[in-house]
Amino acid sequence: MAGIFKVKAKAKDGVTKVKMLAKHVMETGQRKDKKTGEIIPAKFIQEITVQHAGNTVFSGQLGTAMSKNPYFSFTFTGGAKGEELSISWTENTGASATETAKIK
Amino acid sequence: MTMHRRTVVKAMLACGALVGLGAVIPGAAFAARNKDAFSSDDQAKAMQALFDAEPANSQDIVLKAPSIAENGAVVPVTVSTEMTGVESISIFVADNPTPLVAEFMIPAGTKASVATRIRMGKTSTITAVVKADGKLFSTARETKVTIGGCGG
Repeated sequence: MAGIFKVKAKAKDGVTKVKMLAKHVMETGQRKDKKTGEIIPAKFIQEITVQHAGNTVFSGQLGTAMSKNPYFSFTFTGGAKGEELSISWTENTGASATETAKIK
Repeated sequence: MTMHRRTVVKAMLACGALVGLGAVIPGAAFAARNKDAFSSDDQAKAMQALFDAEPANSQDIVLKAPSIAENGAVVPVTVSTEMTGVESISIFVADNPTPLVAEFMIPAGTKASVATRIRMGKTSTITAVVKADGKLFSTARETKVTIGGCGG
């Protein structure tokens, strides 16, 4: 699964502001399939970590109450134009991935 | 017929016991993710499981959320504070099936300001808890929801 995150990271005066949006259903495990009446199994991102130059700059433990296509915004000191951020995430199903994004 | 009903009751009891066990074991196995806190259906219990303490009310946390959310499936929330030594920011929605929404770790160098979008099942108070220098602070506000975000 390549690239569920859309990232906008802007460095200015030694501070980087990151806005990122994941394309993910964030299924809670409480909804029912309208046709079959069966519960749709939970499928959500439960852990996310953002690293810059080997240091963790942001991380979160997420519950099912995050909205569909979750959005995060945060600011950290450091970072410059052209440098890379690496974003790792893990689903409750065990699926995980690491993506990179460039700071603009 | 009576016998049959007995077995059903017994089976149900056994199921309950298994579920109870299941809730305890993962908590011990995965120390990194606080499953008890995330699966708790009561805000006070979730806080207890996550922090093992009660947060004190604070005016220094800015919790931005709409007073009326038209769509409970997407409620924008911003939590920020000027406190120093902030370790984590957590968001709770009291009347959600599982009140703990998320816990964000704030490493040194990262501003104690997080914006995200959450789901709300119905009108509820949103509580932001900030852990700074090992102490807990919280602030809360109510958001009215016209369309819930948990139904199918």
